[in-house]
Amino acid sequence: MNFPEDLKYTESDEWIRVEGNLGTTGLTDYAQDQLSDIVYVEAAVDVGDAVAKGEAHSAVESVKAAADIYMPVAGTITEINEALAETPELVNSDPYGQAWLVKFEISDPAELDGLMDQAAYMKHVEEREG
Amino acid sequence: MAYIPHTEQERQQMLAAIGVDDIDDLYGAVPAGVRFPDLELPDPLSEMEVMDELQALAEANLEVKHASCFLGAGAYNHFIPSVVDHILLRSEFYTAYTPYQPEISQGTLQAIFEYQSLMCQLTGMEVSNASHYDGATALAEAVILALNHHRGKRSKVVLSPTIHPHYRQVVRTYTQGMGLTLTGDENCENSPKELMALLDEETTMVAVQYPDFLGNLEDFSELGKAAHEVGALFCVVVNPLALGMLRPPGEFGADVVVGEGQPLGIPISYGGPYIGIFTTQEKYVRKMAGRLVGETVDVDGKRGYVLTLTPREQHIRRDKATSNICTNQGLIALATTVYLSMMGKTGLRKVAELCFHKAHYAAERIGALEGYSIWNKKPFFHEFVVKCPKPVAEINEALLDIDILGGYDLGEDYPELKDHMLVAVTEMLSREEIDDFTDALQELSHD
Repeated sequence: MNFPEDLKYTESDEWIRVEGNLGTTGLTDYAQDQLSDIVYVEAAVDVGDAVAKGEAHSAVESVKAAADIYMPVAGTITEINEALAETPELVNSDPYGQAWLVKFEISDPAELDGLMDQAAYMKHVEEREG
Repeated sequence: MAYIPHTEQERQQMLAAIGVDDIDDLYGAVPAGVRFPDLELPDPLSEMEVMDELQALAEANLEVKHASCFLGAGAYNHFIPSVVDHILLRSEFYTAYTPYQPEISQGTLQAIFEYQSLMCQLTGMEVSNASHYDGATALAEAVILALNHHRGKRSKVVLSPTIHPHYRQVVRTYTQGMGLTLTGDENCENSPKELMALLDEETTMVAVQYPDFLGNLEDFSELGKAAHEVGALFCVVVNPLALGMLRPPGEFGADVVVGEGQPLGIPISYGGPYIGIFTTQEKYVRKMAGRLVGETVDVDGKRGYVLTLTPREQHIRRDKATSNICTNQGLIALATTVYLSMMGKTGLRKVAELCFHKAHYAAERIGALEGYSIWNKKPFFHEFVVKCPKPVAEINEALLDIDILGGYDLGEDYPELKDHMLVAVTEMLSREEIDDFTDALQELSHD
């Protein structure tokens, strides 16, 4: 499984890429693997919405489960990946690239400090794998 | 073997856990005097005596087979081919619900799939669920769908005043505490034009009835367009039997079509069980409540039926599900499926046309009576409003003496329509019965 070094991670298996004041988030490789084939992605927010850390911004559905996807840190939505509605399988094939879910303006950069780096997240994954 | 779920030891453990010595202590809050009231029951009867008593009760009832029924208002007396009951009596189909282990009941799923297909054809919509409890709850679920479509960001629902009054009540009950504004039905004269003026960016849905509760047929195309212009959903409540001859709402922009399926082969028996039709466009399918049967192929490529799109809503998301409706009216859906299959497209159209023509014959005769007039100014289907020379209740009581069930007294639901009677005419009424009704009305206007 692949967990890029330049990203930060949440305990609920989201990643965030930070570029200046802008955050991009999606599901980790581990999350997509656990969910198996993704068949549906739906945004639960609109562009312009202020969404709190831990609040759901999207829901995904796989052949065996459905899950809400949460904001890694608080932010105001600037872009939603509409393409995923037609091609949800990208979440499986390219979770860190084409399958980003939402982009947002980070409200409080200090919240980023509470997230895991690559090493901590890999440990988090291993613990659950037993 | 007796089914006793808990042993004495388990009961003692449970009582100990909650700190109570005796089960009777749990009833301590109920005053002793009312705990075991004297029910004053009669002495026990033998089976033969019970049958006699029930028979006497049944015979005290006047049912539509022994009366001329001009009462409709949402429940209609139609002919039901005997094959409908015959199929319903097959024990393989005995269940009120979607089965709990659905895929093993392929016959039931196939029947529901066919029901869904028929409903889509009737309404002109893309998707139908496996049905709801009745027309009123189906409308309430349409409101819930619209709210979820707008993710709770819109809170205004515009309801036409000529949607069945009970349906509007159920919507209000269903959505109480949700902070919605339900408007549009304050004045019974509100036409599509007035409803259009109420539409704004806060509106999640506008709903109308077709034919409406007072029998009228309106052109809703403009209202539908106006709803879409502000991003609101457009919902149409239908009488499915009328769609045998009317343009399906899917052709004039409806996003959701709901209705009461009772006219399609379900008897009018003391209020139920009925069946709620719920159809919509495919883009809203994931917001739709209830069960949905899909057709697929098994590993050998053979056709099979499955419950589809349900795990997410009811099995996994649970507290986040958009509705808690997890089942359907299984047996009643089967009845409507058999009815529609028996009638076919031509048969259904024939029934609708018979209702239409007989109703128009009745309206023409009643309109010519002294003291009576027809209130409807627009085209109507099989129901119309009659302005009467005296209170409707009084007329109906006199009619009952000659085994005629008069029309619905509109005064209670629409104060403006005091002394107005809603008359329904179906294919079950003969010309002679209509003439007798008209003569009786004439006679009642004199004294």
